[in-house]
Amino acid sequence: MTGIGLTLRQVRFTNKAFWRNPAAAFFTFAFPLMFLVIFTTLFGNNEVTLPGTDPPITVTQSTFYVPAMAAFSVITACYTNLAIGVTFQRDAGILKRTRGTPLPGSAYLVGRSTHAVLMACLLVAITTAFGAAFFGTDVPTGAALARFVVTVLVGAAAFAALGLAVTAIIPNADAAPPIVNATILPILFLSDIFIPVGTDPPAWVDVVGRVFPVRHFAEAMQSGFLGTPFEWWDLVVVGAWGLAGLLLAMRFFAWEPRK
Amino acid sequence: MSEAAIVVRGLVKSYGDVRAVRGVDLTIERGEVFALLGPNGAGKTTTVEILEGYRERTAGEVSVLGFDPARHPREMRSRIGIVLQSTGIDPYLTVRETVELYAGYYPSPMDVDEAVAIVGLTEKADARVIKLSGGQQRRLDVAVALAGDPELLFLDEATTGFDPGARRNAWEIVRNLTGLGKTVFLTTHYMDEAQHLAHRVAVIAKGKIVAEGPPATLGDRHVADTVIRFRRPDLELPAAIAARAVVSGDEVELLVPDPTRTLHDLTTWALESGSTLEGLHVTQPTLEDVYLELTGEAGRE
Repeated sequence: MTGIGLTLRQVRFTNKAFWRNPAAAFFTFAFPLMFLVIFTTLFGNNEVTLPGTDPPITVTQSTFYVPAMAAFSVITACYTNLAIGVTFQRDAGILKRTRGTPLPGSAYLVGRSTHAVLMACLLVAITTAFGAAFFGTDVPTGAALARFVVTVLVGAAAFAALGLAVTAIIPNADAAPPIVNATILPILFLSDIFIPVGTDPPAWVDVVGRVFPVRHFAEAMQSGFLGTPFEWWDLVVVGAWGLAGLLLAMRFFAWEPRK
Repeated sequence: MSEAAIVVRGLVKSYGDVRAVRGVDLTIERGEVFALLGPNGAGKTTTVEILEGYRERTAGEVSVLGFDPARHPREMRSRIGIVLQSTGIDPYLTVRETVELYAGYYPSPMDVDEAVAIVGLTEKADARVIKLSGGQQRRLDVAVALAGDPELLFLDEATTGFDPGARRNAWEIVRNLTGLGKTVFLTTHYMDEAQHLAHRVAVIAKGKIVAEGPPATLGDRHVADTVIRFRRPDLELPAAIAARAVVSGDEVELLVPDPTRTLHDLTTWALESGSTLEGLHVTQPTLEDVYLELTGEAGRE
């Protein structure tokens, strides 16, 4: 079987196991949608002026949360869940066992990552339908749709690569959820995901947003839903982080539990 | 196909200043069940993991089914099966799906249902792994190792933690495998396991092989002196026997090269004098005695 055939086969089996694991399915799917409902219910009527728009575009906060939660669900599926899931598999000895077969390691990891990207796409589709039905967000068409699809795929692949890279610093499965959340939650709060940063955030918040990939990704997603200007630079930053993650994962990824 | 299954020459593995393996030589023939025995930290797992392709060696030559595991790991792995010390199987797939998943990694796999049947899990084929008992999961481990129809199977302390019944079942599986012409390389802590299964054993201690041979003759135990023990009789022993006896407390111990003659003399005396020789027993050094002596573990707490 070719590398692609083996990878797709791995995706199929990963998918089978995924839907039978209630925790994985719940945290990947229910979490972002639950947040969307909670945030829009609590803050939905406030107005938000989107940064980087000229003339300024102002939307209700419930509209703002649709792309934000779409971005969040991509990050949850590809970074958080992949990193935690792979660490659990490493600790359970599944990775070591797989390493003892002729399956190329890359086929296994690309298969797992591809599954995460597919789950991310499904979540974005659900969020899009949700937003269009209840919160008046755009459904991108034409050139905007093409840019949007590229954004989702680049973002999902980049966060999957970062998720694989971060497993190298996780000592064991028990430490996986706290470490993964510690690396991502503060950035989510500062990057236009949970809280709109508005047009005039404190300077250090702005720096965090510019350096890390999350706000760039969030703003690229906003463009698809809200018609704000699309900046290719945002995708370049996200892609560069993804590439760095891939290189780190290739260098430091561990197949065996830490002793 | 005439070459040996595994050839190891001058194998050395160092971790920093620590030399875990210091010059190991081994030859395992095809179709043989070979057991590597040794205490924890003796270099046993390091040696096996170098053969399996998990570790890189520091020096020496290794050939597994004609492949150097460090240079051609994929070619080698497509023809071996590995049962690790701990189970590592996705809990949410069924037994059959799990074997099917792994079988798909190999160029000429075993029939999935056959692999499931060999380990006796046919009735559980559609059960999810999470629903299996610990022993059933370990059997599934073996089925997964068999999925690629390997010529050579590694069992690294595969029965550690098994209850006696489960261990007997595992032995039965291994015997069936040799019936299929497979070569089996196992490591174990259990002497009875080596004794029952292995055609040949080697004992490793402090990174070196200290003895090698069939379990029945390891350390020349078949020609070693026999121990005769019995409770000290009320009557005085005949002089010829008393001269060779070591009396400690209530027990008399004789270490003799000619047990048949000595026993004849002893029991003749006992019958004539009306002594009962309570607690009489005759033993040869067991594999465990030899092992403990070779590894310097005797008397260690």
